[in-house]
Amino acid sequence: MRRVLSVLAAVVVFVALWEGYKAVGDPDGTVLFGTRVLPRADDLSMPHVWDMLRRLGRPELTGGRPVWQVVLGACLFTLGITVAGFAAGAVVGLLLAVAMQRFRLVERGLLPYVILSQTVPLVALAPLIAGWSGNLSFGPYPWQDWMTVAVIAAYLSFFPVAVGMLRGLQSPQASGVELMRSYAAGWWRTLIKLRLPAALPYLFPALRLAGAAAVVGAVVGEISTGTRGGIGRLVIEYSREATSDPAKVYTAMLGAALLGLVVAALVSLLELPLMRHRRRVPVVTM
Amino acid sequence: MTAVSVSGVTQVFNRGRPDEVTALSDVDLTVAAGEFVSLIGPSGCGKSTLLRLIADLLAPTTGTVEVSGKPARQARLEQAYGIAFQQAGLFEWRTVQRNVELPLELRGQSKAERRERAAEMLELVGLADFAGHYPAQLSGGMQQRVAIARALAVHPPLLLMDEPFGALDEMTRERLQTELLAICAQTGTSTVFVTHSIPEAVFLSDRVVVMSPRPGRITGTVGIDLPARDEAVRQSPDFFSHVTLVRKTLRGTP
Repeated sequence: MRRVLSVLAAVVVFVALWEGYKAVGDPDGTVLFGTRVLPRADDLSMPHVWDMLRRLGRPELTGGRPVWQVVLGACLFTLGITVAGFAAGAVVGLLLAVAMQRFRLVERGLLPYVILSQTVPLVALAPLIAGWSGNLSFGPYPWQDWMTVAVIAAYLSFFPVAVGMLRGLQSPQASGVELMRSYAAGWWRTLIKLRLPAALPYLFPALRLAGAAAVVGAVVGEISTGTRGGIGRLVIEYSREATSDPAKVYTAMLGAALLGLVVAALVSLLELPLMRHRRRVPVVTM
Repeated sequence: MTAVSVSGVTQVFNRGRPDEVTALSDVDLTVAAGEFVSLIGPSGCGKSTLLRLIADLLAPTTGTVEVSGKPARQARLEQAYGIAFQQAGLFEWRTVQRNVELPLELRGQSKAERRERAAEMLELVGLADFAGHYPAQLSGGMQQRVAIARALAVHPPLLLMDEPFGALDEMTRERLQTELLAICAQTGTSTVFVTHSIPEAVFLSDRVVVMSPRPGRITGTVGIDLPARDEAVRQSPDFFSHVTLVRKTLRGTP
């Protein structure tokens, strides 16, 4: 209940800041020594919040479906891709973390590349993945465009899971490990009974980061591969009309923000039943 | 029947490297069935190392370790001992009862058996009412009692304890010492108990084994012959003379 209230309060504060700046800011922006340090506050750059909301109710094009339906549909499409990519990324991250915990050599050899993988610019990567996967097919099912986007989302989301989970798996104290050894438990049973449950407080913050990364991956992936039907594409389409219909592009952005919230909520839903009676550890990514 | 038999054991860490350490040098130790033996000595004397060798958490560089007449490794695989550390080391995601059930679970016992045995053990350490609590809800002393219950859950013939009361306050510590003696008497368990408190060693033990560092070795053994082990005996001249004897042995001036 308190969390719901604080989320609402944050929305109110954001709207107040937006409208407040619009009210006092210079419509042409504040220019200092030839550089614009504050953005324009005119209706073209910063439409009123109620204009955006009103725009949601009006048709996309004359005689078309209302914008909120289009945005919602695009969000659902992207949500599907995000969830698929997130799930794949989480599984890959978990397996990598377990392998790195099990074999010190794998950790030493692999971890630098895991970190390196995230420094490759996503925009450079997307056409590559689209290029390789174009020739793939699963038996009778050919590779679909959305799968490329899901791979990009997975590529971004495996990283926090791998790093956070590795830390979690290594978190039990020596006495806990010795205790399991005194029970003649091998590596597998130590993993199941000790390391995995001990890793949960590290896993969930990592999953939340991975969820956010998957949304970014899906949206950017849609844009750079030109996949139609998702919110990423919609942002691009609407931004072309920004000069004539400035409120429209913000409706798509609102949709993208909503998507991030839904994914975060899904992770929390997973977390609630598993994390009762558990201490929380500070969020760590490295 | 001997509970523990250590003969000619030497333990060298980081062998052949510049930081080579001889943790134990030529140690012999025998613990009879039902006997309570304390290992005492300053930090770095190898008392915890010796306990870990008995538990087969370490393999000796040379020499042999036997538990209940079997090689230490086999004894560990058969869960022939229970162990408790200075930190209770309870699994915070399990209730008290499920913590005590852990060793039974790993033995593959049925749920009904486990529940019955855990209840019995919690009764033994006086925590029957806290079976459903989580470790974070218990005081340090209560957590340590859960750890003892967990160590005893498989009814092992041998109990190994590494400074189990080291992190507790004096009052709790003395109460748990009395309880531990009662439990050992009731279950007939042999015990090897690592401590650095002289009164604790004297109060608990049939025999105090004194160790000294660099290299870790056994420098003396003090047999403890007290008429009873109750709160009154802690104030008796007999008790103090034993404390003095152990202290002198620790200093190496008999």
